Amino acid sequence: MTTTPAETGWRFRQPSVIPGFGLTLGFALTYLTLIILIPLSGLVWHTAALGWSDFWAIATDRRTIRALEVSFGTALIAALVNVVFGTLVAWALVRYRFPGRRVIDAMVDLPFALPTAVAGIALTSLYAPRGWIGSLLAPLDIKVAYTPLGIVIALVFIGLPFVVRTVQPIIEEIDKEVEEAAATLGASRLQTISRVLLPGLAPAILTGFALAFARGVGEYGSVIFIAGNLPYVSEIAPLLIVIRLEEYNYPAATGIATIMLALSFLMLLVINLIQTWSRKRYG
Amino acid sequence: MVDLSFTATTGTREAGHRASAVTEGRATRWTVLALVFAFIAIFLLLPLILVFVEAFRRGWGPYLDAIVEPDSLAAIRLTLLVAAIAVPLNIVFGVAAAWAIAKFEFKGKAFLTTLIDLPFSVSPVISGLVYVLLFGSGSLLGPWLKSHGIEILFAVPGIVLATIFVTFPFVARELIPLMQDQGTGDEEAALSLGANGWQTFCHVTLPNIKWGLLYGVLLCNARAMGEFGAVSVVSGHIRGLTNTMPLHVEILYNEYNAVGAFAVASLLAGLALVTLVLKTILEIRYGHAIAASRGH
Repeated sequence: MTTTPAETGWRFRQPSVIPGFGLTLGFALTYLTLIILIPLSGLVWHTAALGWSDFWAIATDRRTIRALEVSFGTALIAALVNVVFGTLVAWALVRYRFPGRRVIDAMVDLPFALPTAVAGIALTSLYAPRGWIGSLLAPLDIKVAYTPLGIVIALVFIGLPFVVRTVQPIIEEIDKEVEEAAATLGASRLQTISRVLLPGLAPAILTGFALAFARGVGEYGSVIFIAGNLPYVSEIAPLLIVIRLEEYNYPAATGIATIMLALSFLMLLVINLIQTWSRKRYG
Repeated sequence: MVDLSFTATTGTREAGHRASAVTEGRATRWTVLALVFAFIAIFLLLPLILVFVEAFRRGWGPYLDAIVEPDSLAAIRLTLLVAAIAVPLNIVFGVAAAWAIAKFEFKGKAFLTTLIDLPFSVSPVISGLVYVLLFGSGSLLGPWLKSHGIEILFAVPGIVLATIFVTFPFVARELIPLMQDQGTGDEEAALSLGANGWQTFCHVTLPNIKWGLLYGVLLCNARAMGEFGAVSVVSGHIRGLTNTMPLHVEILYNEYNAVGAFAVASLLAGLALVTLVLKTILEIRYGHAIAASRGH
């Protein structure tokens, strides 16, 4: 980005006539360090300062464990729902031609674009006992708002685009000849789908699942309105962090955050392993 | 989008029969479509419609009153201010990072790319928490900041920082694959013809990446204006001072002021709709000039 000639001979990069390496990388690294790395390492530092017994006490606190169970449990269910419907949506968007396809394709990204607080109050009003959907479910004795089921609904909303947008491009890439070959060899459509198509889609579906799951675990804005936030029942881990912060109990907030981060990174690792594995297998 | 589709409108039975080997039967197709329509309607369309219905429940008068109310206007101003600071900073970072990563080969590049994605895998609440730990009264910096009268936490700078954190990857993520695809040929040609680095960037690189850049900025801005969790942790919720629009929605909603909450929410929903429309136009018209990966 400047006229300064590129410093050649740096061992860690290959020579290039293009200028601006030092400036752009320098700026990017400085910004990254100031905004992301220093604050995040502060979290690690504070956790380390806790000491093992304090950390263990926070980690094994019944309310903490219960909040983590609620967060991970509801995120898991929501991600599974999204795997089924997200794949169906992706399939319909790629393979079928129907009126409104473009609109639905664009709508899928709504959860990315709509602020989570707006989604939260809208879903809550929808599923409240007197809401449009809540009033239909009330006679069936199904309560959604202010229960863990409400959390699942919010997380299904938030996670849908992750599965659709991961699976959709892979379906677009499927070589039609593979299906034709399967059909020629006498496979029924069901066999073609279950034996030929789904194995090829599985890595993408798994990645979409992991992304939706990871997002669901950390989600806050859309959940806190509909959850009811009853400790031990419908209190999610991010909310417990906020509650501990408001009590000025920084060690507890830090401890829960570190556990959540560790579990999220584990998820990220799994995603990467899946991608490496699928690249090896499907080239 | 590659048109691999079996045309669902096959006229003759013969054609339908031949095609049935590589597509589902009519009944299956209709079932899948019905499920898709129902799912999208219930989970995406209904919440969106509800926002506007609730906002206009008592008509235009109360709707406008709720928006021009001083605290709402203050929240709108703050949200615009925060986005006006956070988005340009992330644009500069995104372009710089993409330039370094896409145009050069250096060690540790993959690791750097992973680090840039880091904020996406962190809960918004934790994104706010790290700044509380950094600048709060219990931190190393806290007492020093206090003695010098510098307010970061529970003030606008903290909100800006938290917003930058959560919107950090958007522009870089969009530009890196795009600029990697485009390679360095154009820039090398410009340089060999005597252009300097800045001229090369402005007249060669920027025109090549402008639609991708706009795409990234669009997503970055939507998130910056709509961020709730991270901002909620660092804001302190001071009405008229440190309340952004999403936080103001929460306060009004918790006060059982449904019309007010949904009126402010409808502005954010409108922003989301505009974002989606622009995004779709970009994808349709300039799909080739936007990175292959859609969504994020």
